Amino acid sequence: MTEPLTAMLVGLGLVFFLAGTLGLIRLPDTFSRLHALTKADNLGLGFIVLGLALQADDWNVLGKLVLIWAFALIAAGTSAQLVARSALRRKSTPSERQAP
Amino acid sequence: MSGWLTAWLTFAAAIALLALAGALWRVWHGPAPADRMMAAQLVGTGGVAVVLLLAAANDWGMVDVALVLALLAAFAAVAFVKAESSGGRGDPEEESADD
Repeated sequence: MTEPLTAMLVGLGLVFFLAGTLGLIRLPDTFSRLHALTKADNLGLGFIVLGLALQADDWNVLGKLVLIWAFALIAAGTSAQLVARSALRRKSTPSERQAP
Repeated sequence: MSGWLTAWLTFAAAIALLALAGALWRVWHGPAPADRMMAAQLVGTGGVAVVLLLAAANDWGMVDVALVLALLAAFAAVAFVKAESSGGRGDPEEESADD
């Protein structure tokens, strides 16, 4: 019974994944790419993990799946902030920035 | 796990690899180093997705591989930011205060 549901969820996750990659390629600006990448990417992974969780046959596999997704979410959030901050610092040389 | 679902999961893993190919194109082309780092992060997350799909299709033991890959992808981003900042301390706000 759960197998069609798993197939659909994995398909949905893939759609978001490809959307994130397409955003990474097509979007003009660094920050819009970062925006697209972090959002679509994690959502795609979340749906894939959700779909696979239905097939997990025992508890610790299920636990590991949820752990991976939670970790990927946190890691992507923080590293996106870090990368954006370093990219921002590289762009705005002191002369461009307004007086504090 | 019925046959058609295993086939679909393996096919999905192949499509996720396609997404990785797109990310590698960005690594090659990306003007700013930040773009290249983002693409490297997508390769990490994409790799986790591929390994998870194959784990479900073949053998659940591979879930640990995906866990380790997710961990290393996070550290790659941190290493990039620390290498970027001149002092190597990695906190651009505190550095921009004194320049």
